Amino acid sequence: MYKIIRKEILSDTIKLMVVEAPHVVRKAEPGQFVIVRINETGERIPLTIADYDREQGTITIVFQEVGKSTKHLGTLQPGDEISTVAGPLGHPTEIQKYGTIICAAGGVGIAPMYPIARALKNAGNTVISIIGVRSRDFLFWEDKMRYVSDELVVCTDDGSYGRKGVVTEPLKELLASRRIARVWAIGPGVMMKFVSLSTRDFNVPTMVSLNTIMVDGTGMCGGCRVLLNDGAKFVCTDGPEFDAHKVDWDNLLSRYQIYKKEEILSFETWKHKCSSDTDCHCEGKR
Amino acid sequence: MSKQERPKIPRQKMPEQERILRRSNFKEVALGFTEELAVKEANRCLQCKKPTCVSGCPIGVLIPQFIHALRRGDMPSAISIMKIKNNLPAICGRVCPQEGQCEGRCILGKKGEPVAIGRLERYVGDYELAHRVCPLVRQKDTGKKIAVVGSGPSGITCAVDLSRNGHSVTIFESLHVPGGVLIYGIPEFRLPKEIVNSEINYAVECLNIKILTDHIIGRTITLDEILSEYDAVFIGTGAGLPSFINIPGINYKGVMSANEFLTRVNLMKAYLFPEYDTPVRIGNRIAVIGAGNVAMDSARCSLRLQTIFGQKAEVHIIYRRSRDEVPSRKEEFHHAEEEGVIFDFLTNPVEILGDAEGNVRGIRCIRMKLEEPDSSGRRKPVPIEGSEFEIEADIVIMALGTSPNPLIFINSGNLQRTKHGTAVADIETGRTTRERVWAGGDIVTGAATVISAMGAGKRTAADIHRFLMEENSKN
Ligand SMILES: Cc1cc2nc3c(=O)[nH]c(=O)nc-3n(C[C@H](O)[C@H](O)[C@H](O)COP(=O)(O)OP(=O)(O)OC[C@H]3O[C@@H](n4cnc5c(N)ncnc54)[C@H](O)[C@@H]3O)c2cc1C
Ligand code: FES
Repeated sequence: MYKIIRKEILSDTIKLMVVEAPHVVRKAEPGQFVIVRINETGERIPLTIADYDREQGTITIVFQEVGKSTKHLGTLQPGDEISTVAGPLGHPTEIQKYGTIICAAGGVGIAPMYPIARALKNAGNTVISIIGVRSRDFLFWEDKMRYVSDELVVCTDDGSYGRKGVVTEPLKELLASRRIARVWAIGPGVMMKFVSLSTRDFNVPTMVSLNTIMVDGTGMCGGCRVLLNDGAKFVCTDGPEFDAHKVDWDNLLSRYQIYKKEEILSFETWKHKCSSDTDCHCEGKR
Repeated sequence: MSKQERPKIPRQKMPEQERILRRSNFKEVALGFTEELAVKEANRCLQCKKPTCVSGCPIGVLIPQFIHALRRGDMPSAISIMKIKNNLPAICGRVCPQEGQCEGRCILGKKGEPVAIGRLERYVGDYELAHRVCPLVRQKDTGKKIAVVGSGPSGITCAVDLSRNGHSVTIFESLHVPGGVLIYGIPEFRLPKEIVNSEINYAVECLNIKILTDHIIGRTITLDEILSEYDAVFIGTGAGLPSFINIPGINYKGVMSANEFLTRVNLMKAYLFPEYDTPVRIGNRIAVIGAGNVAMDSARCSLRLQTIFGQKAEVHIIYRRSRDEVPSRKEEFHHAEEEGVIFDFLTNPVEILGDAEGNVRGIRCIRMKLEEPDSSGRRKPVPIEGSEFEIEADIVIMALGTSPNPLIFINSGNLQRTKHGTAVADIETGRTTRERVWAGGDIVTGAATVISAMGAGKRTAADIHRFLMEENSKN
């Protein structure tokens, strides 16, 4: 069992939790993830390690409440325990000195991008970060990102804060005007796809961190596989970062939909159970 | 009873859950012998002076002796005789391919039917689980620390034997529950998880074995790091990496490895969705490629899920050879046919077909024929030109074999592996190319059987014990 030490609400649907996981933290590096399972009946879901504290033996996870598991996780409180935290999984980001690089993050992708930007900065790169969210209310970690970046551009879809528009717009301007050695992109599938298309035109190597459906996270099921132009790879063990220009994006986006129907049913069942259960003290009820 | 009378007793049938009913649940199919049936069956044994059955058993269970105790009604003796060689009889009795091992060599099988050794073994194992008459005991503490990586049958067996000898053992397991394939692969209706858990918990309690789940060796800790803390390491990480055939279309939605399908169903209990969170995709026409145990298990789970979730029940097994070459346990093949799985023999997939939304809609296959037997007696399947045709399917499950997971080899120094990805190790002792590191089970042999993994765990435990004691006497 792994205890939740701290909880922070970053925006309406995005929550942060600091969890005791001393076995994971010893080796955790930027770019890696953990598999989390809430309780006995829970599913195994991958969450990127957004930060870690080796002294305290804790990792930080940041998640957006989209389906049953993340919504359920969001109702837990400091002191509560979760059944599984396994990791660190996947390959760490390849950190070296590249020159001027861009970190483009969308939505909840800002969280996993933070330790990567920090490490790249520490390695002597000039880091330009572009972060994009739907509107001002969804923005978090602006100051943290600013602290690890030489330049920071904030975009909102509705123009309620920073620049109005999507991350690919400032990205393209930068690619056209500056010598960019490499780009990292983390965010929703569609966002990463369009970043990839933009950087391809400029021939700039681009890494994306993929978040496909997973079960074990250790290479034993193949449910996480992604089609690259040189064959299928397992995201959990070969990734999670891949050369964006090799990814078959349409296949990737289509595979997100595999369990859409079941996700809704799972959420409805849980919501119903939670609201009729007199012993349930979750936040949803209070 | 005279020697002439014994073979006249017919082989006793094991009570089973009814064929139609069992398709709508995951409860055990084969229900086990009653005491009366067990004694009757045990009475068939001729107690051969040179028992050929024992030579067919990969771990040499003392078969005539345990059967003799059983028919005298002396269950404590039957159990302790069994446990000399086999730590997990309730499991082996259920999943061993007896027809190719002990029962295949039984003298009675020459003229009639062999003694149902597997069913008797299961009876003894179940009796022990229910009554716990022969507790495991631990010898005096040796002060030696041993790490066992992987908690499948090889790891558990090795851990149990080493603990009995007084070493302190820690098992590292990457999943959230111990048991390996016994938990995530083999379905509930064939091997109830309660039995696996009960065997493991009992051993852990009696012997003070520590199990650390959620520890992926190679990622959470490396072999190098483990070696700095432990006197010896046993690697029993199995062969859990699925293979996909290299044909177009494997990434359509609805194509899964059998490992993914079975893990969702067995480990994550997708058959209880939405009470359990993990779903599994099913359809009206499920095609399973392959005909080994893994394929049979996938097909039979599919039928049950179709019934439970109110789909049309139609499941095909596509196999490139013929009925005579089916590699699964005989009983699984028989149960699959009985439950209504449709077998498409001499058929090989060449392409998976999808629709505009990226869902599977079928498989393009080619008919095969078998060549004349080669020198090894195997008949090679070859495609019949121009015989391509389509099979409709909305789910395709690939059960085409597995290979060892390479994670364990990260930062593992000079631990060598073969070109097939298996660990290089001595079959008798389990010694690898790295000092103080042993390996056994599927990681060494490639995907094999529960009993061979257990045998390896046992032989290796003996060698590790010998090694540590010699080391002690040197100091
Ligand atoms: C669906 C299916 C049905 C089968 N049916 C039968 C049958 O009827 N009869 C039969 O005899 N055999 C059967 N087999 C084969 C049999 O189950 C295996 O041969 C046997 O389980 C191998 O045992 P093992 O201990 O070597 O490995 P496994 O049982 O595979 O256990 C290995 C364990 O190691 C863990 N692990 C892997 N890598 C790491 C790591 N890096 N760090 C930590 N832990 C790790 C895994 O999670 C797993 O728990 C079947 C196999 C499958 C898949
Ligand atoms: S999640 Fe199972 S192989 Fe990647």
